[in-house]
Amino acid sequence: MKYNGIKNTFITVFMATAVLLTPVMASAAGGGVALDDAPIDINDKESLRRGAKAFADYCYSCHAASFMRFNRIAKDLEMSEDEVREMMIHTRGKKGDPTKIGELMKVSMTDDYAKNAFGTAVPDLSLTARARGADWVYTYLRSFYTDPYRPTGFNNTVFPDVGMPNVLWSLQGVQDPVYKKVMHGDVEVEEMDGFKLVQEGRLSAEEYDAFAADLTNFMVYIAEPVQAERRSLGWKVLLFLAIFFVFAYMLKKEYWKDVH
Amino acid sequence: MGNKLVAWIDDRFPLTKMWNEHLAEYYTPKNFNFWYFFGSLALLVLVIQIVSGIFLTMHYKPDGATAFASVEYIMRDVPYGWLIRYIHSTGATAFFVVVYLHMLRGLLYGSYKQPRELIWLFGMFIYLALMAEAFMGYLLPWGQMSYWGAQVIISLFGAIPVIGDDLTLWIRGDFVIGDATLNRFFALHVIALPFVLVFLVIAHIIALHEVGSNNPDGVEIKKNKDANGIPLDGIPFHPYYTVKDIVGVVVFLFFFSVILFYFPDGGGYMLEHANFIASDPLKTPEHIAPVWYFTPFYAILRAVPDKLLGVGAMFAAIALLFFMPWIDRCKVKSVRYRGTIYKVNLAVFIVSFVVLGWLAMQPATPTLTFLSQLFSFFYFAFFVVLYVTSKNENTKPVPDRVTS
Repeated sequence: MKYNGIKNTFITVFMATAVLLTPVMASAAGGGVALDDAPIDINDKESLRRGAKAFADYCYSCHAASFMRFNRIAKDLEMSEDEVREMMIHTRGKKGDPTKIGELMKVSMTDDYAKNAFGTAVPDLSLTARARGADWVYTYLRSFYTDPYRPTGFNNTVFPDVGMPNVLWSLQGVQDPVYKKVMHGDVEVEEMDGFKLVQEGRLSAEEYDAFAADLTNFMVYIAEPVQAERRSLGWKVLLFLAIFFVFAYMLKKEYWKDVH
Repeated sequence: MGNKLVAWIDDRFPLTKMWNEHLAEYYTPKNFNFWYFFGSLALLVLVIQIVSGIFLTMHYKPDGATAFASVEYIMRDVPYGWLIRYIHSTGATAFFVVVYLHMLRGLLYGSYKQPRELIWLFGMFIYLALMAEAFMGYLLPWGQMSYWGAQVIISLFGAIPVIGDDLTLWIRGDFVIGDATLNRFFALHVIALPFVLVFLVIAHIIALHEVGSNNPDGVEIKKNKDANGIPLDGIPFHPYYTVKDIVGVVVFLFFFSVILFYFPDGGGYMLEHANFIASDPLKTPEHIAPVWYFTPFYAILRAVPDKLLGVGAMFAAIALLFFMPWIDRCKVKSVRYRGTIYKVNLAVFIVSFVVLGWLAMQPATPTLTFLSQLFSFFYFAFFVVLYVTSKNENTKPVPDRVTS
């Protein structure tokens, strides 16, 4: 191989910089509450249907998903439109006729009403999983704990002082925070260290985690409904390009064989 | 029939003449390597962006009340709208990747040197227009990062003494970023700047074809011609480099598609997470970072404690590149035959550029700010060291003809 000065010089400088920066990069990472990995699978249609039911039962009376259409859910989750209607549509339009299957998933709660009731407008959930990440949603759903200083009686570790009441307590049960003593220099302080179930819910801990995972899965789906189709089109395009490459390369070889 | 038609056109328009001048009889050095794919790829990405952009404008609404929802409408309800949108957003990143590599090629092989100074200048103006185009395009999705990123960048102009405040007001068209800003950025993004870009690209190519292409050896192939006046080391661009560039295009499209179909938000560096929240003038995001292609200059801005000086440094970092043909006084073009000092200097410059890009995406801690200052210093030192050392650089002999 021919000696190539600039390549070696570049590699040397780059390595030196990498060594210099390694401790800095390690310390720059981190911050915030540790999030649990969301055990979700966007191709698991069963899980998505359970998640849709959970969303309809527990989220969709206050939270809209106003970029999502009901019939898109029916199509993507392989449900009949009647099933989706039965599960999700409980509202009527201005003239009193039932909300149509092709409409967007809006809610009737106004921002003014929400501000009176919760102190803040209720966020739309269409894109929450994309803005915050699946792990955030999954951890959030499992991180409500009792806090007597909050108007709702509950607080949340990943979203401190959240306005949302803990609507899932009947499923999960009620969690008290657990504290441990930590030394910060000479000062002993208490830090939160997990939760303790003080009142059983209707679901066991495993069942509740599975419920939260299904709901997270559904929220990841509504954040980008096309993602399954995107991935499936992707490999076909890549396969085409790989085959095209062979022909393009052979064509180039053929033309270039007389260049010396 | 075909020939008759061509003859008919040739009597009225220089079709064959142009075909020959720019393709069939445009003689190109035969020793182009990997780095020479990125010029034609930049042209390809420009076309991709214009075509995908046209389809986006058919559905997008440049209105403060509906812009954010119209992008989601494109993503969900427009048939293959998601594909067009991701092509356009991935295309923005691809544009900067190929342009940065194309510029690096220029630095490696001295492509900015006499007689190619104007090619470099047109190219730098293309880069400037591209940055403006990308900045204005990023406001259009009207998410939190669109809004606050634009807020930060426009406020930079406020650092200019005396006229600063009036200037920012004039740019925004309102006291805060609002509907007026969105509307004018849309107009500039879809009409004014694409016109400027296309015009500059044409000028860039005409200037290139006037003087001929440089090559990895930095040898002028026009110095050695055969009896017919054809450069001995030259081959016609078409068909040789058209078929070669097709290979480059396919490989590029492969990588492009991997990002497009499997990582369309680029880990939050291409489509930032906070941009999936509609813009809200009352809520500042915790951490405002520019999209990756602006980050090196943003790091230089943050490295300087004084705002006005920081803005000055940031603009100087770009402005200095314009003067490369005159800062570099070495007669030898290619890095292959240049002295060790240039190789080290260039390597430090490239590494500094990359590290600055990374630093701008981190929160500004004291250590990291110090590093930003250090690497900003290296960035500027490149030009100073180059100017001082290039006049009497210890170069190697340049061959008469291209190698391999």
